[in-house]
Formats: sequence, C-alpha cells, structure tokens
Amino acid sequence: MKEDIIKPENLVYKKPTLMNDVPMHYCPGCSHGVVHKLIAEVIEEMQMEEKTIGVSPVGCAVFAYKYIDIDWQEAAHGRAPGVATAIKRLWPDRLVFTYQGDGDLACIGTAETIHALNRGENITIIFINNAIYGMTGGQMAPTTLVGMKTATCPYGRDVALHGYPLKMTEIAAQLEGTAYVTRQSVHTVAAIRKAKKAIRKAFENSMAGKGSNLVEIVSTCNSGWKMSPEKSNKWMEENMFKYYELGDLKDK
Amino acid sequence: MATEKEVVLMKGNEAIAHAAIRCGADGYFGYPITPQSEVLETLAEQKPWETTGMVVLQAESEVASINMVYGGAGAGKRVLTSSSSPGVSLMQEGVSYIAGAELPCLIVNVMRGGPGLGTIQPSQADYFQSVKGGGHGDYRLIVLAPASVQEMADFVDLSFELAFKYRNPAMILSDGVIGQMMEKVVLPPFKPRRTEEEIAKECPWATFGRTKGRQPNIITSLELDPAEMEKRNIQLQAKYRLIEENEVRYEEINCEDAEYLIVAFGSCARIAQKAMDDARAQGIKVGLLRPITLWPFPSKQIAERAKQVKGILSVEINAGQMVEDIKLAVNCSVPVEHFGRLGGIVPDPDEVVCALKEKLM
Repeated sequence: MKEDIIKPENLVYKKPTLMNDVPMHYCPGCSHGVVHKLIAEVIEEMQMEEKTIGVSPVGCAVFAYKYIDIDWQEAAHGRAPGVATAIKRLWPDRLVFTYQGDGDLACIGTAETIHALNRGENITIIFINNAIYGMTGGQMAPTTLVGMKTATCPYGRDVALHGYPLKMTEIAAQLEGTAYVTRQSVHTVAAIRKAKKAIRKAFENSMAGKGSNLVEIVSTCNSGWKMSPEKSNKWMEENMFKYYELGDLKDK
Repeated sequence: MATEKEVVLMKGNEAIAHAAIRCGADGYFGYPITPQSEVLETLAEQKPWETTGMVVLQAESEVASINMVYGGAGAGKRVLTSSSSPGVSLMQEGVSYIAGAELPCLIVNVMRGGPGLGTIQPSQADYFQSVKGGGHGDYRLIVLAPASVQEMADFVDLSFELAFKYRNPAMILSDGVIGQMMEKVVLPPFKPRRTEEEIAKECPWATFGRTKGRQPNIITSLELDPAEMEKRNIQLQAKYRLIEENEVRYEEINCEDAEYLIVAFGSCARIAQKAMDDARAQGIKVGLLRPITLWPFPSKQIAERAKQVKGILSVEINAGQMVEDIKLAVNCSVPVEHFGRLGGIVPDPDEVVCALKEKLM
C-alpha cells in the first residue's frame, strides 16, 4: 500500500465513531448489525450524540445499548413506545427513538405502538421485521408468513390455526398522528443507502415536531429461518417482499 | 389553584393532584379507574403544563402508564402515576422493572375491593401486593399509608424525597375512603421543578443525553451473568436493610398505659381510633399504633409494645394481611388477633370494640 494515499481526504469509508468496539452477539448474516450502524451514522451526522436517548426492546436487540455509544433505556417487552413517549415529552429537545422487533412491536406491544403513533409522539420507531422470534429460539411471530415453518408452527403457519400475518406498518400509515411511515430493507448496498435516508428523515421529523415516524426494516434471521445468510436474502426477496412491499407508505 | 397556607376543603384524590403540582413533579401518567379518577381529572383541570410545565398524559392503559413512569424516572424526572387495585395489578410487571433498575418514582394506589373486578367500594386488600412485592423478583417498595386528606397531600413530596434518596419506587397506599372523602387540608408550599443542571447533579445516572467525556447511562434490569445478578440482588437487599433501619414511621395514641393494642393503618386507623375512645369510655385501656410506613414495617415498636399489653388486635379492611407481619414482629409473645370486613364494607367502631372483647378478653 502506498503511504501517500492514506490521507483523510481520501477516506471513503469508516466505522461510525458511535459504534462501540465490542464483539456483537448477533449471528453472522443478521440484519441488526447493519441497522445499528445506520442509526449510529445518522446520529453522528446530525450531531445529536449528546442529545439522543435510545429505547431498546426485549428480543435479540435487547443489548442494543452495548453497541451504540449513547444513553439508553431497556424497556419491558412491547413497552418501548410508552417509555419513549415519556422521555420525549419530558425532554422535548432530545432525539428519542425505539428499536423493536416484530414480536415486541406487533404482538405484545400492539397497544403501545398504535397509541404512541396515533398520539403523534415526536419519536421514531425502528421496526425490525424478520417474521420470527429470534432470541427465544425461532417461534412464530405476528408477522410470520402463511406456510412459513417455525418452532411453534412446525407444519407451517396455518391461517385456520394462527390467523394472518399482521401488517403493522400499513396500520400505522392510516393513523393521523404519523408523519412518515416507510418500509425498507438492508440486503443490498442500494437498499442500505435508502434505509439510511429513511432513518435520517424519520429522525429529522421527530426533531421538527412533525409527529410519529415508523421505519420498518424487512430483515433476515438466517439462524431462525435455518438458511445461509445468502439464501436468507434471496428467500426474503422472493417471499417477504411480496407480502411486505418496500417503499414509503406515508410522507406527510 | 389555592394559595399557600390557605385551608381548603377537598377530596383525597384532588389533594394528590394539587400536591404533585406544588412539589415540582415533572410528569403524571395515568388511566381512569374508580375510585381514583379525580387525580387525573384534577390535573387536567389545573393545566399545570401552562404553569409549572408539568406533563400530564392520559395513557392507553395502566400498563402504558407505568412504563411511561419507567421512562420518565429513568430520564431523571419526578414522575408519578395513580390507579386503583385492578389497575395496579396490571402495573406490576413495570413496577418490578422500576425496582430492578432502581428508579425513583411515585405510584398511588387508591384501593378498592377485590379479587378480580371486585367492587368500587373501599378495601385494604392490596396490603400483601404492596409490601411483599406484587411483581416478580425480590424487591421492595417504600409504602406510605395516609389516614387523612392532609396526609394524602403531605406524602406526595415525602414519597418523592424518599424515592430519590434511595433510588427506589415509593407507593402511597390509600383507599376509596381517603380518596373520596373531603376534609380540610393545607396544601404544601410551591416548590419549583428542578432545572436541567439540578437534575444532572441529583441524577448522574439518568438518561438525558450522553454529554462529552462521560460513559453512556444505561437504564436496565437485565444481567445474564448469574454471579453479577446475585451481586446486584445483594446490593438491593443491602439498600432495603438501610431503609428498614432509617425510614420506619408510625403514630402512637394512648399507648403509654395500654393493656390492649389495636394496630390499624390508613382509613381503618381513623375507625380504630374511635373504637379505642369508645373502649376507654368503657374502662378498657386500649392504645392505637398506626403504621405510617407499611414497608418498612414498625416491627420493633410493635414488639416493644407487646411487652406491656395482654393482646393485640389488627383491624384491617381485608381478610387478615398485616396481622401476619404483627405476628412475626411479636413472635408469639402475646395473642394477636385480626378483625376485618370484606367486599367493600368498612367496619363500624362498635364492631371493633366487640371484636376486641370477644377475641382478646
């Protein structure tokens, strides 16, 4: 390597300084790490590192607080939007976001999610939808696709037994209190760039007092899905995107 | 809003609301339930967000309310919620998290009869839930039992002071009698809400943005390493022993020459006081010990009084809960009996006197 090209002006990529130098507990191929990085980058670019409070969920991302160098509160399962509501109302000039999985947000915390969004709380909800309960070992989620096999629907999700996968983001888009509702993914470089823009817009909206913001990231869980990371991305494209269509659902 | 030092007539529930505004509370999060809805109603009517800047929010459930309290307390603010028995049951998961994360806050329970949906009439049947835990895990709440509307007002600030001193949730355990009855009350003087600098000084652990040079503050009750988790639990227990050592509060009336002792708390202590007077008029030397803190419990003082009396009657509006703590305190040195009414019925003083005679004389 030539010494003369290692100059700050030639820098094309670096690890966000807000990402802590610790090994992550996420499985290789999991989408969480990428989304964490995007959040860290956006907070840094907005220069909000001293004014941000994250609320982590119960689920695989319970330890999000170990990875991004900001203040965090770890909420009870499903209650992150309630926790975030109070923090934002009591510290209105702070950037407050929640980071939640599908079981947390769309099952046990459905009421908190809908009501925080509908009140127009000036917060952002980052919603990781990988259609499975990762941390507890791969059980059926509210967003598990019909026919998809999990530990608690080993013969595949059957609507007669389990009902239909829930489209929380479509519900959120109908609520008067939401400003920006979008569905993204992080499986390609282009998708990662778009997802980052979406997170940035959501965070800016919450600071501008425009209302609630929901950024769903359709994600893979290769361990839970029992596929290689590469195959998971393909499976997601072929199956998840059909039911969970990518794009902005609302931009007020 | 009443001016300082002025004597006003109001309900216990209203007194809670006024006292919260006056003692510099930053936020209230609650959900309507009888017989405590006047707390939220009074706050909504007073609009403190226009005067002191206090946030008042009607949440979608008690589950949401208590988690809002978790968020606000974790962010260093003085926050409270109020509810009545079924609603407080719903909150228990959140209360356990708050205790586990060692967050200071105030929970007001204006008790009604249970179990289940039960009745909207008064009860003291949530004693066990309040003083023995209620949620999962080994934890304690600081529990204050007001016996008057004045104490409803006074205990708000006291609860916050104790909660912040020990980084521990505090509870005002009241009931439908105290919540609904109107009495004269002198509201506490106005105390300004703390500034950002004051919060940073008082709560260096709180999450309101990681300023340069400091480690991030993390509010959590999670620790997967059992050795670390045991350490945390031992630290919590040490804190609870400290509170037991320092914060026991009680009131004694006519105990010096007492041959019989009535122990009663909250609204029931008012009834027991009348019963004591009636018994004394009949020549029976009865004293009253009223625990003000139900946890920490005045065990030492009760054990001390047990040395002089022939028997103790625990009068409660429940099937016999505090009586267990009295028995533990006196360790079989004197007979300990219980008298209570259930289902939302409040005992009469003459019933108490009869019970005293029947059970102990």
